[in-house]
Amino acid sequence: MGILDFFKNKPKNTANVAKERLRIIVAQERAQRDSPDYLPTLRREILEVIKKYVNVDPDAVLISVERDGEHEVLELSVALPEKANAALGNG
Amino acid sequence: MGVGTLTEIIVVTSGKGGVGKTTTSASLAVGLAKRGKKVAVIDFDVGLRNLDLIMGCERRVVYDFVNVINGECTLKQALIKDKRYDSLFILAASQTRDKDALSRDGVDKVLKELAEDGFDFVICDSPAGIEKGAALAMYFADRAVVVVNPEVSSVRDSDRILGLLASKTRRAELGNGAVEQNLLLTRYNPNRVESGDMMSIADVQEILGIEVVGVIPESEGVLAASNAGIPVILDETSNAGLAYDDAVARLLGENRPLRFIDAQKKSLLSRLFRS
Repeated sequence: MGILDFFKNKPKNTANVAKERLRIIVAQERAQRDSPDYLPTLRREILEVIKKYVNVDPDAVLISVERDGEHEVLELSVALPEKANAALGNG
Repeated sequence: MGVGTLTEIIVVTSGKGGVGKTTTSASLAVGLAKRGKKVAVIDFDVGLRNLDLIMGCERRVVYDFVNVINGECTLKQALIKDKRYDSLFILAASQTRDKDALSRDGVDKVLKELAEDGFDFVICDSPAGIEKGAALAMYFADRAVVVVNPEVSSVRDSDRILGLLASKTRRAELGNGAVEQNLLLTRYNPNRVESGDMMSIADVQEILGIEVVGVIPESEGVLAASNAGIPVILDETSNAGLAYDDAVARLLGENRPLRFIDAQKKSLLSRLFRS
């Protein structure tokens, strides 16, 4: 480290920032790449069915396929709205 | 088993443009020929021919890849024999603007004929992107050399290419074993890595998860070589040239340690007055 560095702003370690950003985006893109083509349609249709009964947000349905050894697991998560009166009809 | 099984088809690919695919294709081809292998290097960049310039044979192109596919000439007529090595041949890309000029059957036919002619290696110099030319360059490959700069967009694009290599190749479709994937880092600057503003070999390798076949240091020799039309591997005074020679040796199974990957020690004066 030079003595003149003392008077300068030390630059950030941008390589670490790059690596971290890449780690996240690459993992995300790999997950999408490996998932079946029908997932987006499936997600949309499930959302439509749920909306008949509960008034959920379009982002409330998360769907993914995870590989676990020989098995494939379809994971479906629906976040329901907080208020109970969001339910439609009398069911 | 046909004769074709003896020919190894290597695609040099990257996704992103300008990372050094053609420079790499030319140097790998020359390095293999220098070791006595019979090598054909094919430019798949239809409409943007450049391998001929890097190889220094641009004025000897009479027929091209598309001419051969369309039966307008024989493969022998289109193969340009390198002036330096008798066992090295270049097949130029067509300058046509017709993107569909290459077909899978046409490429297959040319590759089969090269195999029958006893070629040991066929190097396919892929165009940038993931369109037809790039898809065809990788389709028949046994091995892929993925050229990457230690920089975010290059790394991300390379990962997309790895996905395509795992699904859109003949080997993947036939379940014939995966295409072997090798990482070749170019424009590597050890000083910048040490100061923390360039990703290291380990960083890139960790993200992409493939084996490193070579690390080419950033070097003035690369531009000088392309200016002259002499593949940089022939410049034994350039670190990049020596690093390419190492990469060729590794492709052939030799175990060579990486060179030129450590930061240059600075003198006391330049450390004190670092600019």
